[in-house]
Amino acid sequence: METIRIEKKMKTNTEKQHEIVSAEFMPDENFSTKRKVMNKIETKNVHCWYGDFHVLRDVTIAIEPNTVTALIGPSGCGKSTYLRAFNRMNDLIDGFKLEGDVLIDGKNIYDKQMHVNELRKNVGMVFQKPNPFPKSIYENVAYGLRVNGINDKKVIDETVERSLKQAALWNEVKDNLHKNALGLSGGQQQRLCIARAIAIQPSVILMDEATSALDPISTGKIEDLIAELKKDYTIMIVTHNMQQAVRVSDKTAFFFLGDMVEYNNTKEIFNNPQQEHTRNYVGGRFG
Amino acid sequence: MNTKEKIIEWLLFACAALCVLTTLGIIAVLAIQSVQFFSEVPLKDFLTDTQWTPLFADKHFGILPLLSGTFLTTIIAITIALPIGLTTAIYLSEYASKTFRSTVKPVLEILAAIPTVVYGYFALTVVTPFLQIFFPSLSGFNAISPGIVMGLMIVPLISSLSEDALYAVPKSLREGAYALGSSKLQTAFRVLIPAASSGIIVSIILAVSRALGETMIVAIAAGQQPRLTLDPRVPIETVTTYIVQVSGGDVPHGSLEYKTIFSAGLSLFVITLILNNISFFVKKKYREQYE
Amino acid sequence: MNNEDIKTLKNNSFKVWAVFATSIGLVMLGILLVKIGMDGMHRISMQFFTSLPSRRAEEAGIFTAWVGTLWIMGTTALIAIPVGIGAGIYLEEYSKKGWWSSFLEINISNLAGVPSIIYGLLGLEVFVRLLHMGESILAGSFTLALLILPIVIVSTRESIKAVPKTLREASYALGASKWQTVWMQVLPAAAGGVMTGIILALSRAIGETAPLIVVGALTYVPFTPKSVFDSFTVLPIQIFNWVSRPQAEFLVNAAAGIIVLVAITIVMNGSAVLLRNRWQKNVKW
Ligand SMILES: Nc1ncnc2c1ncn2[C@@H]1O[C@H](COP(=O)(O)OP(=O)(O)O)[C@@H](O)[C@H]1O
Ligand SMILES: [Mg+2]
Repeated sequence: METIRIEKKMKTNTEKQHEIVSAEFMPDENFSTKRKVMNKIETKNVHCWYGDFHVLRDVTIAIEPNTVTALIGPSGCGKSTYLRAFNRMNDLIDGFKLEGDVLIDGKNIYDKQMHVNELRKNVGMVFQKPNPFPKSIYENVAYGLRVNGINDKKVIDETVERSLKQAALWNEVKDNLHKNALGLSGGQQQRLCIARAIAIQPSVILMDEATSALDPISTGKIEDLIAELKKDYTIMIVTHNMQQAVRVSDKTAFFFLGDMVEYNNTKEIFNNPQQEHTRNYVGGRFG
Repeated sequence: MNTKEKIIEWLLFACAALCVLTTLGIIAVLAIQSVQFFSEVPLKDFLTDTQWTPLFADKHFGILPLLSGTFLTTIIAITIALPIGLTTAIYLSEYASKTFRSTVKPVLEILAAIPTVVYGYFALTVVTPFLQIFFPSLSGFNAISPGIVMGLMIVPLISSLSEDALYAVPKSLREGAYALGSSKLQTAFRVLIPAASSGIIVSIILAVSRALGETMIVAIAAGQQPRLTLDPRVPIETVTTYIVQVSGGDVPHGSLEYKTIFSAGLSLFVITLILNNISFFVKKKYREQYE
Repeated sequence: MNNEDIKTLKNNSFKVWAVFATSIGLVMLGILLVKIGMDGMHRISMQFFTSLPSRRAEEAGIFTAWVGTLWIMGTTALIAIPVGIGAGIYLEEYSKKGWWSSFLEINISNLAGVPSIIYGLLGLEVFVRLLHMGESILAGSFTLALLILPIVIVSTRESIKAVPKTLREASYALGASKWQTVWMQVLPAAAGGVMTGIILALSRAIGETAPLIVVGALTYVPFTPKSVFDSFTVLPIQIFNWVSRPQAEFLVNAAAGIIVLVAITIVMNGSAVLLRNRWQKNVKW
C-alpha cells in the first residue's frame, strides 16, 4: 500500500518544484513518513455530544484515499461536527464529547498517545469564511512550516511557491507576496487558505462549506482546484450546493438530524437514493 | 514540547495568581497592623470618639472626623458630577452628532487622566480664590473647592459608563416611545434612563468609590485639620490626606502613630470594597440580562 | 402656551443645559491650561530641567524629579507589562470557566477599585519592610506596578477577546500548539489594543503621587539615582512639595512642573487615542 501510494505521488507530481521540496523534507522524519502512511480514513459507530445534546448518532463511514467525499444535509444536522471530528477541532469546544472510533489509516486519532497537533498537521482544514491571518500572503503560507520548527528560508520560499501554485493563486500574487493577505478578494483569500493548508503536506483536507461565501467564478476556481488536489489528497467537503456535490465528489454522505442516513457513490445518491429522506432532500423538498 | 507548553501555562497562571496575592497582601497588611492598633485603642473609641488627634499630646483616635471629611468632599463631588455626567451621557448618546462625540470623548478622557496633584493646584489657586469673591468667609483650605474640582474630574467616569448603558438600550424601546409621540427629552428621561438604570448605578458607585479614595486634591486644597463637620467652608481632613500627612513625616515604624495609618486605611478599604462589589454584581446582573 | 410649546421649550432648555454640562469640563481644562501657562511658563528653561531642588525657589529645578520619574516608569513598565499581559492571556485563553475564573475576575475588578493610597500601604509593609527593599525605586516600582496591573490586564483581555475565533481555529488547524497560536497569532492581532492599554496604564502611573509618598519617596533628593536600590523622588511629588510651601515663589515652580507633567500626560493619552483609532480602523476581519 505504501509503495503504491508513493509511486502514484511521483506520477502526479509533474512539477519539479514539488519533488525538490519533498526531498528537502525528507530529513524531517515525522513529516514525510507520517504523511505517506495516512490515507484511509473511517469512523466506526461515532456519537457526538455538545453537553447533553446528542448531535451525531452512530455514524459509520469508510472513505477511500484520493477521493472527494461530500457531506450534505440540512443545516444543523451535524455535518460540521462530523467533519471536525477528523482533526479534533471539536475538542476546542467546552462540553464536547465523542464516543466511537475515528480511524486514520487504522489508528484511532482519539487515542491518548495521539498528539493533537501532529494530527492536525496531517489533516488540513479550510473554513466556511476565508480566515487568512492578518499577515502577509507569504507568512500565511509559511506559518504551518514555522510552527513545525522549519525556519530554513530556502525551504519556506520553495514551499510557499509550490503551495500557491497548487492552489492556483501563484500567478495572481507572486509580485505581492509581502502584501497583507486581508487585501485579497474573498475568492483569493480562500485559495490562500487552501495553499496554507497544503503547505504542510497533509494527507487529508477538510473543507467546511468553503465556497459558500464566494461568488460563482471564485467557486468555480475552487471546484477545479478540488478536482486537481484529489490526485494528492483525500478530501472531504461539506456543501449546501447539490450541483457542487455532483460536480466534485465521488462519494456522498447524507446526514439528517444527527443520523448518517445514506452513504454511496454520488451518482447513486442523486439519481437513485435508497432512503425516503435522501430522496426528499436531493429532490429539493426541504433543506 | 509538551513540557514547554505546561511551563508556559504555569507562568501565565502565576501572573494571574499574583492578583489574588495582591488582594491577600492588602488585606493581611491592613489587618495585621489594625489588630495591633486595636489592641491599644478600643474599637469603641475608634468608632465613636469625635476627635482624631494621634499626633498631639492629648491623643484621640476617633475616625469620625476623618470619615466626615472624606464623605463631605465625596458628596460635594457627586452632587457636581452626577447631573453633569448624566446629562453629558444623554447628550452624547441621543443628541450629539457622530463627529462631535468622537472629538469630545477623547478630550473628556484626558480630563480624567490628568494627575490629581494638578487638580489640587487648580483647586487651591483658582477655584478657592474664585469662590472667595462670593463667599469672603471661605477659608483658604476648605471642602467645597476640592469637592467641586474632584466632581468635574470624575464626570468622564459617570458619563462614559452611563453612555455605554444608554447605548445598549434596544432601539425598539426608543422607537416605541417616539411612536407614542414622546419628545426626545421625555424618551430620555422616562424610557432610556430607567432602562439603563443598572449601568448608571454602576457608574455612580464607581465614581463614589473613586472620590472616597482620592488623595492629592484634598491633601492640597482641603487642609489637614480633622474636624467633625459638614460645613464645606472650613478646613477638614480626609482619611487619605491623613495617611499622606503621616507618611510624609517621620513617624517611627511600629509606633502607635504608624499603626493609625493602617487602621484609617482599613476603614477606607472596607468601604470601597463594599462599593466595588456591589457595582460588580449589578454589572454582572445586567450583562446577563442583555445576553 | 399649549402642550407642544411647553414640550419644545423644555427640549430647548435641556439642550442649552446639556451643552453647558458637556462643555464645563472642557472649560475647566481650558482654564487650567491657561492658568498653569500664565503661572509657570516663564519658569520653564534649561536651568529648570537641570537644577537640583533648592531652598531658593528661583534656583530650584526638577532634575532629580524627572530622572526619578524616568527610573520609576521604566522599572514599573518592566514589571507590569509582562505580568499584566501574562495574566490577561491566562484569563482569556487558558482558564476554564468556573469558580476560579469568576473569583479571579471579581478579584481584578476589586483591585481596580482599590484607592491608590492603599497600594502605598501595601508597598510600605511588603516591599519596603518585609522584602527589605527600603525606600527605593524598586519598592516604588513594585507598588505602582501592582497599582496599574488591573488596567493592563483588563485592556489585554478586551483586545484578546476582540480577536475572532476563526483566527485561532485557522492556527490550530495547521497543527499549532496553544502557545504558538497565542504568541504568533492572537497577541500580534491584539497588539494595538494591548499597547493602548499599556500607555494609558503608564500615564496613570506617571501622575501617581500618594502611594509613592507612602512608600517613602523623598521630597528632597539632592542626587539622581544610580540604581533601582537608590532613594528617589518623582515629578508629582516635587510638585506637591512646592504646592505645600507657604511662599508664593514656589507656586511658580509648581506651575512650571505641572506644565511638564500635563504635557507628558496629554502626549501619552493622545497617542493612546490615536493608536486605538488607527487600530480599530485597520482591523477588519
Ligand atoms: N459549540 C456548540 N455548542 C452547542 N451546540 C452546537 C455547537 N456547535 C453546533 N451545535 C449544534 O449541533 C448541531 C449540529 O451542528 P453542526 O455540526 O454545525 O451542523 P451543520 O454543519 O450540519 O449545520 C446543531 O444543532 C448545532 O446547533
Ligand atoms: Mg456547518
